[in-house]
Amino acid sequence: MSKLIVNGLVYHHLGPFSLTVEARETVALAGPSGAGKSLFLRALADLDPHGGEILLDGRSSQSWSGPEWRRRVALLPAESQWWHDKVGEHFNRSPVNRSSASARLAVLGFEAQVMNWSIARLSSGEKQRLAILRLLQNQPTVLLLDEPTANLDPLNTQRVEKLFLDYQQQHAAAMVWVTHDLAQGLRLGGRHFQIENGQLELVGKGQVH
Amino acid sequence: MNVIPLTAFDLLLTSLLILALALSSLPLRLEMAGQILLAAGRTTLQLLLIGFILKWLFSSAGPGWIALLSLFMLFNAGREVSRRQKRQFKGLWGFGIGTLSMFLTSFPMLIFTLTMVINNQPWYEPRYAIPLLGMLLGNTMNGVALGFDRLLHNVWQQRQIIENRLMLGETWFEAMTEIRRESIRSGLMPTINAMMAAGIVSLPGMMTGQILAGSPPLEAVKYQIMIMFLIGAGSGFGTIAAVSLGARRLFDSRQRLRLERLS
Repeated sequence: MSKLIVNGLVYHHLGPFSLTVEARETVALAGPSGAGKSLFLRALADLDPHGGEILLDGRSSQSWSGPEWRRRVALLPAESQWWHDKVGEHFNRSPVNRSSASARLAVLGFEAQVMNWSIARLSSGEKQRLAILRLLQNQPTVLLLDEPTANLDPLNTQRVEKLFLDYQQQHAAAMVWVTHDLAQGLRLGGRHFQIENGQLELVGKGQVH
Repeated sequence: MNVIPLTAFDLLLTSLLILALALSSLPLRLEMAGQILLAAGRTTLQLLLIGFILKWLFSSAGPGWIALLSLFMLFNAGREVSRRQKRQFKGLWGFGIGTLSMFLTSFPMLIFTLTMVINNQPWYEPRYAIPLLGMLLGNTMNGVALGFDRLLHNVWQQRQIIENRLMLGETWFEAMTEIRRESIRSGLMPTINAMMAAGIVSLPGMMTGQILAGSPPLEAVKYQIMIMFLIGAGSGFGTIAAVSLGARRLFDSRQRLRLERLS
């Protein structure tokens, strides 16, 4: 079980924010651009200095090293980065769970061949979907997703939503999903929050799965 | 020693060449005339000054003065390293890391060479110590400055890549692998190139000087080989130290990239 507790989080003069995300819960996060949604996720992943405390299963983020924490509390940035020439070089040589890794590849519409593709030929949508697979390799227990479907077509949006919801069920993961799409927020299920004027406000609740 | 002494008139004659360069930069709008003249002026003054200091040092000064001059040279090299960076650490960090790296590599290597290789009495005799330190520091400074500049430039440009790697759970050391390699390489290349070209493209300055002053060529060559090894190792280890310390300083205890530490 992976319950995420945020207690009085303060960053970049915003906050304090408090929020609890249960295992298997999805919190949808909206708000005007510049309100600090991405910064909120960055603070949760301990990429920016922040005040307050973040607990995972009752343990403080400080009790892990930065990299250990970020392997558990995984942030998917709005725009992914690629630094080697080939796709496969960005993936672990020996994934923890090979069969589920290749199953996920298929769910997002890729064949195993994709690992030999060069980064230069990827479209932005392909990069985004591969970035998702790359992130899930670490088997994180908390997912922080910054508009993961913003540049995907409806078919791939559907695939990505299904992938994340399945993963969440299998790994009892807690999920924070930044989206501007109200319909998507409803499909995801859990509570809806809005960040505005430095406040985190509960604005509604989606349908329960 | 059968060197032909140069007169002030001889130097004035050669300075006409620099003057000509400064003048031709005017119609070309290089906007460098002032800089060329300033550099020429500084080189004259600084070298004359060090000439007098060395003359005094060789004849009468004790180890305390030699140590003081060494530290003065070290701090100037440190200042030069931080002056050559386009992006800088805030505060004294750039100067401190550069100076520390040069101190940790140049000084032990100098003492090693004086006591184990040259082995004269006393080991700190300034006629050997000061010129050797000067060559070591000068080359180490170039390597450190180049490596450091490349490090800060690349980190600034690739900050999103570094952070994406951190998001995937890499340590700061892993996320910096390529940048560190490239920075150290760029600091090392000039020395490696100099060793490659020595004797077939260029005649190194110190060896040429010894030959001009009347040393037998083979003696001069042996000294030059020793110097090449020294400055190769000095600039190599100095660059490795500076790039490693600098890279560490860009991350905090939570292994977050802290670019606000640069200005």
